[in-house]
Amino acid sequence: MKADRAATLRAFVIELAVYAVLVTGYFFLVLHFLSGWLQDLHLHHAMVYALVAIALVIGQAVVLEIVTTWLFRLLRGRSE
Amino acid sequence: MFFPISNSHISPIYLVVIGFLIGIMGGFFGVGGSFIAGPALRAVGLDWNFAIGTDIAHIVGKSVVAAKRHRALGNVDLRLGLIMAIGTMGGTEVGAQLIQMLKRAGNVNTVVSIISIAIYVSISTFMIWEAWRTLRLQKKRKSRSKATKSANKKDESSFSHRTRAIQRFHLWPMISLPTSGVRISLWVIILVSFIGGLFAGFLGGGAGYIRMPMLVYVLGIPTHLAVGTDLFEIILSASYGTFSHAIKGNVDILIALVMNTGAAIGAQIGAILTQYFAGPKIRLAFVPLPLIGAAIVIYTMWTGHKI
Repeated sequence: MKADRAATLRAFVIELAVYAVLVTGYFFLVLHFLSGWLQDLHLHHAMVYALVAIALVIGQAVVLEIVTTWLFRLLRGRSE
Repeated sequence: MFFPISNSHISPIYLVVIGFLIGIMGGFFGVGGSFIAGPALRAVGLDWNFAIGTDIAHIVGKSVVAAKRHRALGNVDLRLGLIMAIGTMGGTEVGAQLIQMLKRAGNVNTVVSIISIAIYVSISTFMIWEAWRTLRLQKKRKSRSKATKSANKKDESSFSHRTRAIQRFHLWPMISLPTSGVRISLWVIILVSFIGGLFAGFLGGGAGYIRMPMLVYVLGIPTHLAVGTDLFEIILSASYGTFSHAIKGNVDILIALVMNTGAAIGAQIGAILTQYFAGPKIRLAFVPLPLIGAAIVIYTMWTGHKI
């Protein structure tokens, strides 16, 4: 039982570390380049900005869910 | 990190950690976590109108993930969620218009702070009283009869008699919700969802802190279904709220995207946790959360300091 818990915790910590690296890369590669364009839309094209905002937030959530699920499976599979 | 849309400097680590914590809450309690996210954004210097709009946007993404999990677990009443979306959108628009009025009057920060403190404290007080009464009732029943193990897991509420009275209120058209095992007037559902939407538009987030208790106590939806259905409904209503607030200039989508990176992983953990707790215990665990939000707002209001 204790061994199971330790394995789960270890997998979770590894998952967090891998996820943190991916997210940091994402901040610099994607959000950094998007900020200028989004600010322009926010100031001059409010309607387009609103639609892009919804699309981005849903799109990112779906992609992140796929990434986290894949990480969960990969690391749990290895720890069992 | 500089966020040019709201013209603010906020640590991305702070945003990711806040996102992670409210992701767990969202998955576990079925709430958007705006009672923490809104005050947390306000605490780092965002005006309330930006905190509210950005919080609603962030909740769209988080709810997609959490609702998908709950749907897989059979915790979503789709029919109820779709009906509720109508009332919620109306309420959200009214709430967003109220924020615009306050923004124009120049007192959005003071008014929203005071109202949010009052609401967060009221919710916690009510839920602790109700969950404590329900747990005590269950204990009494258990000691009186030779209760089985399953009785302890049964989703009960000390408001059940009032909920049944509301369900007996026959005002055409009556709606059957087979997934939840409830038949109720359409107008009661619309009223409940309108109130939830009003809170969402005015205080940000998905307003699950008000809608979730109303789903359980007013409509009589079992707690596990209320959690999943609330999340599903938040996707629709918060999308509309994001659109409405974004065209009014109240959304910094970059902040929302950074927060979502933490929420994605937190939501998965929260959804898994619901399987280990019975209804009243989930509700009791919810109690301190709005109080934390109220404490952050009081701190920011009185000291005027950023965290």
